[in-house]
Amino acid sequence: MSSSFWIRFLGNPRVLLGLIWLALVVIGALAAPLIAPLDPFAISGKPFVQPLDGFLFGTDSLGRSVWSGLVHGARTTLLIAVIATVAAVAFGGLLGALSGFYGGRIDNLLMRITEFFQTIPSFIFAILLVAVLSPSATSVVVAIATVSWPPIARIVRAEVMSLRSREFIQAAITLGERDSVILFRQILPNALSPLIVTGSLLVATAILTESALSFLGLGAPNFMSWGFMIGAGRSFLRDAWWLVAIPGIAILLTVLSINLVGEGLNDALNPRLRTS
Amino acid sequence: MTASSPKTLAAGANDPVLEIRDLSVALPTWADRPLAVKSVSLTVGRGETLCVVGESGSGKSVMARSILRLLPEPHLRIAGGQILLDGEDLAMADAPRMRQIRGGQIAMVFQEPMVALNPLMTIGRQIDEILEVHTDWGRAERRRRVIAVFEDVRLPDPEFIVGAYPHELSGGQRQRVMIAMSLVLEPKLIIADEPTTALDVTTEAQVLTLLKELQTKHGTALLFITHNFGVVAEIADRVAVMRSGELVEYGIAGDVLNNPQHPYTKALIDAVPSLVPRKHSDPAPDAPSEPILTVRGLEKTYGRSAAGPTWLTRLLPSRGRSQRGAVKAVNKVDLDIRRGSAVALVGESGSGKSTLARCLIGLEQADAGSAMIAGSEIVGLSRNAWRPLRSRVQMVFQDPFASLNPRTKVGDTIARGAILQGERPDAAMEQARNLLNLVGLDAKAAERYPHEFSGGQRQRIGIARALAVKPDILIADEPVSALDVSVQKQVLDLLDDLRRQFGLTMLFITHDLRVAAHVCEEIVVLKNGAIVERGMTAEIFANPRHEYTRTLLASVPGREWQRGRAPSPGGHQAMS
Repeated sequence: MSSSFWIRFLGNPRVLLGLIWLALVVIGALAAPLIAPLDPFAISGKPFVQPLDGFLFGTDSLGRSVWSGLVHGARTTLLIAVIATVAAVAFGGLLGALSGFYGGRIDNLLMRITEFFQTIPSFIFAILLVAVLSPSATSVVVAIATVSWPPIARIVRAEVMSLRSREFIQAAITLGERDSVILFRQILPNALSPLIVTGSLLVATAILTESALSFLGLGAPNFMSWGFMIGAGRSFLRDAWWLVAIPGIAILLTVLSINLVGEGLNDALNPRLRTS
Repeated sequence: MTASSPKTLAAGANDPVLEIRDLSVALPTWADRPLAVKSVSLTVGRGETLCVVGESGSGKSVMARSILRLLPEPHLRIAGGQILLDGEDLAMADAPRMRQIRGGQIAMVFQEPMVALNPLMTIGRQIDEILEVHTDWGRAERRRRVIAVFEDVRLPDPEFIVGAYPHELSGGQRQRVMIAMSLVLEPKLIIADEPTTALDVTTEAQVLTLLKELQTKHGTALLFITHNFGVVAEIADRVAVMRSGELVEYGIAGDVLNNPQHPYTKALIDAVPSLVPRKHSDPAPDAPSEPILTVRGLEKTYGRSAAGPTWLTRLLPSRGRSQRGAVKAVNKVDLDIRRGSAVALVGESGSGKSTLARCLIGLEQADAGSAMIAGSEIVGLSRNAWRPLRSRVQMVFQDPFASLNPRTKVGDTIARGAILQGERPDAAMEQARNLLNLVGLDAKAAERYPHEFSGGQRQRIGIARALAVKPDILIADEPVSALDVSVQKQVLDLLDDLRRQFGLTMLFITHDLRVAAHVCEEIVVLKNGAIVERGMTAEIFANPRHEYTRTLLASVPGREWQRGRAPSPGGHQAMS
C-alpha cells in the first residue's frame, strides 16, 4: 500500500471516527479481565441497580454487572464475527476464484451451488443450522459463515474473470506459468481491494447475525454476548431500560463504525469512484 | 485532392466563425502540470478545416471540449481567455444558452460511435430527438429531414437505418450516423475529436472523403482533433500543433507538413512511418531458409456452430437468427515462415490476424489443421504439453498498460520466464537487468513497479520479458498501436535491432501498412480469416495483385504527401 492510500484513508474524518470506536471495542475485548474483573455471569450485587449507582452501567435482573457483560460480550461477539467472516471469505473466495478462472462447466457447477445457497433466506437458514447442530460457539460460526459466503464468491468470480482476460495474465500463460501460481500470485493480489471492502462490511453483518441468534437464545451458551444481553433484558424494557439500551447502542456503534471504515477503504482503494 | 486552396485560407483569416483568444484551462492541484491548455489562440474560418494535432496529454481534446463547455467541472475549469463564436463569448455563456448552442450552432463528433449512441433507442429516434428539442417542426417534416441527412452522409437504405438500433450497423455506418446527427441542424461549426481513430483504414478513408465533401457543400467550419499526420494531410486547410497544453506551431497545412519550423513538429513528422518499404541491404545474416513455422489448413470458429440448433429454433425454424453467431475467424490458413525472417500479418478488424497469432502461441485452440514450430506439432496440445515449447515462441502484447502486472516489480516480471525454464533466480535477475539495458532502460528499473513508467517504456519492458526465455519466434500483436507516433518509431526500431541481433523470426500483427513496411520484408494480407495475398513488401507495395490489397494501400491517409516526402527526408517541397 502506498503512502497516498494511507493519506486518503486516514484523512477521511468518518474513517477516523469509526477506527477510534473500533479501537476502543477491541481494547476492551482484549483487556476484559483487567477492566471488568467481575464475572459477567456471577451475581455481583442487588438486581436492577441503576447505572452509575455503584456499578458503571448498573445490574440486570439477577444482579449481574452490565459493564462486565458488555466488555466480555465484546470478546464473544467480535471473535465469532471475525472468525465467521474469515471462513466465509476464504471459502467464497476460493470457490469464486476457481469458478472465474476455469469458466465453462466448473463455473456452471459452482455457480449453481452458490445460487442454491442464495435462494434460502439467510437468517432462517442460520437459525436452522444452529438448531440442527445444537447451539455452541462453533455452530454459530459455521452458521454465519455458511450464509455469508455466496456474495463473496460472486464478487471474486467477476473480478477474476475480468482479470483473466487482461494481457498480463495472458503473458503469464505464454511464459508457461502454472495455473495455481497465476491464480494466487497474479490474479488474487489484484482482486484484493473489493475483497477487503466486502469482507470488512461482512463483519458488520456477522455481528448483527450473531446478536440476533443470541437474542433468540441460539447463541453460544456460557459465553456472554451483546445479543444475549438484549434478549435477557427485553422483558424489563420499561423498568430497566439500560439492560437493552446499553448493549443495543454498543451493537449500533460497532456496526456503524465498521461500515464507515469499510466505505472509507472503498473510497481510498478506488479514488476515481469517489463521488464527493 | 489538394490539401489547401488560397480561397479558403483567405476566408479563414477574414471571416472567423470561432475565435479562441488566450484560452487557459486549469487542471486540479494533484495533476502533473497546472494548466491543461496554456494561453492558446486559434481561429476557424467559415468553410475551413483546422486540424489540431498532438500526442496524448497535449491538451488537444480538453481544448476542444472547453469550447462546448463539456469539461468535468470543477476538476477542470476555464481559467482565462475568450471563446468567441461569431463574436459571442462562450466562456461567459450560462447553461441555458450553452444548451441552445450545443447541437444548434456547434456539433461534436466523438471518437467511439458505439459509446456515443444510446443502444436502446433507434437511430432515427435519436436524431429526431435533436430536431424535437431545437425546432418546432412536425413529425413528418422531421422525418423528411432525417432521411435527407442520411442520404447526405451516404448511408445505404436510409428508411432501414431510421428504424435500426446502433448494434445493427457497422462501425463506419455508426460514424456516418454521428456525422448526420451533427449536420442535421446545419451548425456553423463541427468539432470532431479523433472521429476516425476507432475505424478501419478503408472506412477511415471513406469517412474523411465524406467529411470533406459535406463541408464544401454546407460551408461548415470544421475543427478536427487528431494525432495522425496522414489524416492532416488529407483534410486540413490549416494546422495547429500542440504539446503540453501549448501551441507550438500554427499555419497553413502545406507549410507545416512540408516545411515544419518548430523542432517538435519536425520530430513528429519524421516519426510518421513512411509508406516506402525499407531497403534491407543485409537480408538477415546468413539466413538458412528452412521454415521454422509451418501452418497448414488452420481453422478456428467462434460462436454457436458447434452447439447446433436448440430445441426452440427447431420448433420455430423461421426464426433463424441463431445461426448468425458462428464466425470463421481463421479459415484454412497455410503459412510458411522461414527462420530469421520478419513477416507482417496485415488486416482490418475481424480479419482474424489476432486469432491466428493466439492460436500459434497457445492462447486459443485451433479447431482443425496443423501448425508446426521447428518440427513440433502445437495444435491440440494441452497447456502442460505446451510448457517445453514456451522458450521457442513468445509474444509482445498490444496494450502496455494492461500487459504488466501492476503489483509485480519489473525485474521479477522479466526474470519469471527464465526461472520457469529452470534458470537460477539470481542468474535470471542478472539477465533481467542486462535485458533492461538492452531495451534502453536503466538496470535499476528492475526494482520499480510498472506504474512508474510511460507507455513506451512499458512496451520496452514487455519486449524484455518476451526475450528473457531466448525465443526463436517473436509474435508482436499490434505492439505500437497504443503508443504515440514519436514513441512508435523508437519501439519499432528497437524491435528491428533486436531481431537482427538475436536472429529472431518475427511475426508482426498490425492493421497499419506503414508500420508493416517499416519492420517487415514480407507481408501477408488477411481478410475474413483467409489469406488474400502474400509476398515481399516492396513487390506488394509496387504491384498489389489482389483487389483488397489495392484498396488497403489506397486508403492509407496522407499517402500523396508521404510519397512526396519519403525519398529525401531532408528535402521539403515548397508550397506557397
